[in-house]
Amino acid sequence: MLNRNEILETIDMVEKEHFDVRTITMGINLLSCVRDSAEETARLCYDKICKKAENIVKVAQDLGAEYGIPIINKRVSITPASLLTSSFCGKEVVLAKALDRAAKTVGVDFLGGYSALVQKGMTSFERSFIESIPEALSVTERMCSSVNVGTSKSGINMDAVKLMGEIIKKTADITKENDGLGCAKLVVFCNAVEDNPFMAGAFHGIGEGETVINVGVSGPGVVHHALKSIKGATLDEVAETIKKTAFKITRAGQLIAKEASKRLGAEFGIVDLSLAPTPVMGDSVAHILEEVGLDSVGGHGTTAILAMLNDAVKKGGVMASGSVGGLSGAFIPVSEDIGMINAAKSGAISLAKLEAMTSVCSVGIDMVAIPGDTPATTISGMIADEMAIGMINNKTTAVRVIPVPNKGVGESVEFGGLLGNAPIMEVSPYSCAEFINRGGRMPAPIHSNKN
Amino acid sequence: MRAIVTVIGKDKSGIIAKVATLLADNGVNIEDISQTIVQGNFTMLMLCDLQSAKPSLKELGVLLKELGDEIGVSTHVQHEDIFNAMHKI
Repeated sequence: MLNRNEILETIDMVEKEHFDVRTITMGINLLSCVRDSAEETARLCYDKICKKAENIVKVAQDLGAEYGIPIINKRVSITPASLLTSSFCGKEVVLAKALDRAAKTVGVDFLGGYSALVQKGMTSFERSFIESIPEALSVTERMCSSVNVGTSKSGINMDAVKLMGEIIKKTADITKENDGLGCAKLVVFCNAVEDNPFMAGAFHGIGEGETVINVGVSGPGVVHHALKSIKGATLDEVAETIKKTAFKITRAGQLIAKEASKRLGAEFGIVDLSLAPTPVMGDSVAHILEEVGLDSVGGHGTTAILAMLNDAVKKGGVMASGSVGGLSGAFIPVSEDIGMINAAKSGAISLAKLEAMTSVCSVGIDMVAIPGDTPATTISGMIADEMAIGMINNKTTAVRVIPVPNKGVGESVEFGGLLGNAPIMEVSPYSCAEFINRGGRMPAPIHSNKN
Repeated sequence: MRAIVTVIGKDKSGIIAKVATLLADNGVNIEDISQTIVQGNFTMLMLCDLQSAKPSLKELGVLLKELGDEIGVSTHVQHEDIFNAMHKI
C-alpha cells in the first residue's frame, strides 16, 4: 500500500496549502478559418472553437474530482489573431466579439491570442490589428491580448514599443469606467513563448499542432509550507526542498495534462511549472521570499532569493515532466499576490526593484498600477527596459501595466477576483520621449548570432 | 481501477462501519485498510478496487462527502495514480 504520510501530504497540499492545477489551456489553430470577410471568418472561428473546446470544462471538472486536485481555470488559446485579419483591416473587432462569444459558449474563463508578433517589422494589417486592441478589449469580457515586440534573435521593434505605449493608454481610457481594466488583459512581450497556458499572454503559436493541451501547475503555498518546516537551514537545503516540492507538484500536473489530452482528443503539449500566486492568504510568492529571510519582499536580497527560487522550481519540474515549456518559473504580479500588495502599499517595493527582479524570474512588470497621467512615452520606456532585459538574457519578459485613469500615487485600484487589487506605484517623472520618438529597431545582441 | 479513500475527523464510534457499508453497498471492494488516532483525530486510509463499482469515481466522491457531512468527518476518494505520480519516481 501507499505510504500513509505521502497520502496525507497530498491531501494537506490541497486542503491547507492551496495546491492546484492552475489552468488547462487548449490551443487551437484557426488558420483554416480565414476568409475574405470579417463576418465569415468570425463565424468559422466561433464554430471551430466551440467544437474543439466543447468538453474542456467537463473534462477538467471530472479530472479534478477523480484525482482530488482542483483545476481552477479552463482556457483556450488561439492562433495569433493578426494572422487571421489581413483581409478585413478596420473590422477586426467583429472577430474579437465572436471570440468572446465562443469563450462564453464553451464556458472557459479566458481566451488568449488576440495577438500580434511584430518583433522585427510590422505590416500595415498588423498595425491596423494592434490599433483595434483598445476597442476589442472594451467590447469583450473574456478575451486577452498580447503583442510580441522583441526577441533575442531579431532585436526590439522600437516602432512597436512606441505604439504599445499609446495602445495601453488608449485601452485604459476606453475602459476607464472599470479603472482601466482592459489593460489587465493586455501584455507586451519580448521572446513570447508559443505554448504558454497562462493568461493574459497565452496564444497558440504557429509552430504548434492543430489542437494542443498545455497545463499550468501552481503551488506557492506548498513551497512556502515546505520551507517553514526547515527554519534555519542553509540555502543549499532550501534550494533542495524547493526542488523536491516542485517535482511533486509537476508530476501531478503531468498526470492531469496527459489524461486531459487523451479525453479531449488533443495532443499533449507541455506542463508549465510556474508558481502563480493568487490574492488569497497562503498563496503568495512574496511570502516564500520572506520565509527565506526577508522582512519584506522588495528589500535587499530579494533578487537573489528569487533567482534561487526560480532556478530550483525549474530543476525540480524538469525531471518531473516529459515536456516542460511555457513560462515556467515564479510569477510576481503585484496585484495578484497578497505579499506583493502589502509591500507595494508600505513602500517596501518599488518599480525599480520589480524591474531588477524580472531579470531573474518569469515574467516581468506584471499587474502594476501606475498613475493615469503617466505619458505614453514613459510607458514605452518601461516596455523598452523590460524588453532589453529579455533580449539580452535570452528569456521571456513582459509588461502588463495599468495606467489607472484619474488616479495617482497613494490611491489604489480594485480589479476583483484573481486580478486582485493594487496600490498605484510611482513612476519616474523624467521623460524618455526623445528616445522613444526616434523609432526604428534596436539590433539583436551579438550572442544571438549562433549559426 | 483502484482508488484511495481517506477519512479524517474527530473520533467517534461507527465511522469505519458506516464508510465500509457505503462502499460495500456500491460494489467497492476494500483491499487494504489502515487506521489510527492521533490526538483524538481519526485518520483512516483505504485502498479500494472499483472494478465492480456501481457509481463512477466522481459519483462515489459525492456519496462519501454526503456521508462525511452527516457523521462530521472529511472524506476524499482519489485515483491512486495521483499518489504514485507525486511520490514515486
